[in-house]
Amino acid sequence: MEEGNKIPKSASSRLCCRCNERKPALKRPKTLEQICRKCFYEVFEEEIHQVIVGNQLFKAGERVAIGASGGKDSTVLAYVMSELNRRHNYGLDLFLLSVDEGITGYRDDSLETVKRNEVQYGLPLKIVSYKELYGWTMDEIVKVIGLKNNCTFCGVFRRQALDRGAAYLKVDKLVTGHNADDIAETVLLNILRGDVARLSRCTSITTGEDGPIPRCKPFKYTYEKEIVIYPCSYCKNLNQNHTYAYFKKLDYFSTECIYSPNAYRGFAREFIKDLERIRPRAIVDIIKSGENFRISTSTKMPEQGTCERCGYISSQKWCKACVLLEGLNRGLPKLGIGRSRGLENGNGNRKDMEQNGDVRSIESKQCGSLDF
Amino acid sequence: MRCSESVGCPWSDVACCYWIYCSGGLELLCDSVKMHNVNVDLENGLEQLTMKDLLAWARTNLIKERPEMFMKGDTVRPGVLVLVNDCDWELSGQLDTTLQEKDVVVFISTLHGG
Repeated sequence: MEEGNKIPKSASSRLCCRCNERKPALKRPKTLEQICRKCFYEVFEEEIHQVIVGNQLFKAGERVAIGASGGKDSTVLAYVMSELNRRHNYGLDLFLLSVDEGITGYRDDSLETVKRNEVQYGLPLKIVSYKELYGWTMDEIVKVIGLKNNCTFCGVFRRQALDRGAAYLKVDKLVTGHNADDIAETVLLNILRGDVARLSRCTSITTGEDGPIPRCKPFKYTYEKEIVIYPCSYCKNLNQNHTYAYFKKLDYFSTECIYSPNAYRGFAREFIKDLERIRPRAIVDIIKSGENFRISTSTKMPEQGTCERCGYISSQKWCKACVLLEGLNRGLPKLGIGRSRGLENGNGNRKDMEQNGDVRSIESKQCGSLDF
Repeated sequence: MRCSESVGCPWSDVACCYWIYCSGGLELLCDSVKMHNVNVDLENGLEQLTMKDLLAWARTNLIKERPEMFMKGDTVRPGVLVLVNDCDWELSGQLDTTLQEKDVVVFISTLHGG
């Protein structure tokens, strides 16, 4: 142990840069600091608290639903939100809101995790299902439309499902676990597709304030790597059985959606991951660039109105979900898929889904079909 | 390089045995087994195993399908986190990290929904 309080910060520093006491366990991608586990927990939680407070995400007394899928981001989000709510007295009423798309072997398993979370964190859980909202499960939809454009349907339906669940719970806000990597991917995706409307909105930390339920993303500046490492602790028991490996507090569910392999977002993700390897700050830098985009006033942007059929927010006569449903019910599965220059679903984030796909597949050659 | 997946190390006086834990979906590439107790012989002349060697060994002996989900070139695919004894391998030199007997190596894939 070194005497003195200041140890020069060098690349070969052997102690945590924050406490100078413990062995570092992690190199933070955001800052390249070497930090011990205990300090990491503190810094992680404190930074998120600052994002919440600095961006005035909540007001005391609000009812807030946490979009929970059972995956890593939403599990950590649920834990951190309830912890910070308690520690800093946000005064929030927290709920867990889950969407059951009806994907066998994927969603049914991850919902078990959310049910456990309900017990572990003491947060009331509401599950909304595609079946009860739309009369179709994703499995049934895929049987009709095939393995293309799955994410188009799922993403559109999920957005509405979350809003309807939130309305049922009478919450004031919805929070989702989108992290820095997700948002950087979305910025890139929107550039690659020339989706100016979404590009102008996708970096906002709160969206949909003019819609049914505002949504915010407390993890906007949080790296995926840190979210993954946060709950993990693999400790070796030095007994005869060599048993070990337990998650510190949180268990989460991790598989890829079985319908996701062709999603266009995958390309953006690969690229972001490669970039992160070379220069980890690239992720927050891309988000910063995204925030700094200014859309020329001569660009025509879609106007937001409401859907004639269901009253949901829409920039077309019918919202996308109604168009897709109409197609399904009439046996015209391609309805709503294909080249149409009109931009639908006015409120911005194309990503209300779990890193899987795209609301509009028309520019994507991988999973979209260009025929009519 | 040999492999043993039984608990307990009958070769522990000769080779080094390690624990490998696959998570975040990576376990699906290893027949859905998360925890592996493995034995890796050292090549002639080598004194210690490095992560580079372990990765090469794992690709051949541990990963049963879709190796491109686990590795890219010599190293892990971007998006796969590696912890050695609970510590980020970026702190210990990544591929150059040397391993001691009974070390715990954890691979976590982050490339799935959240």
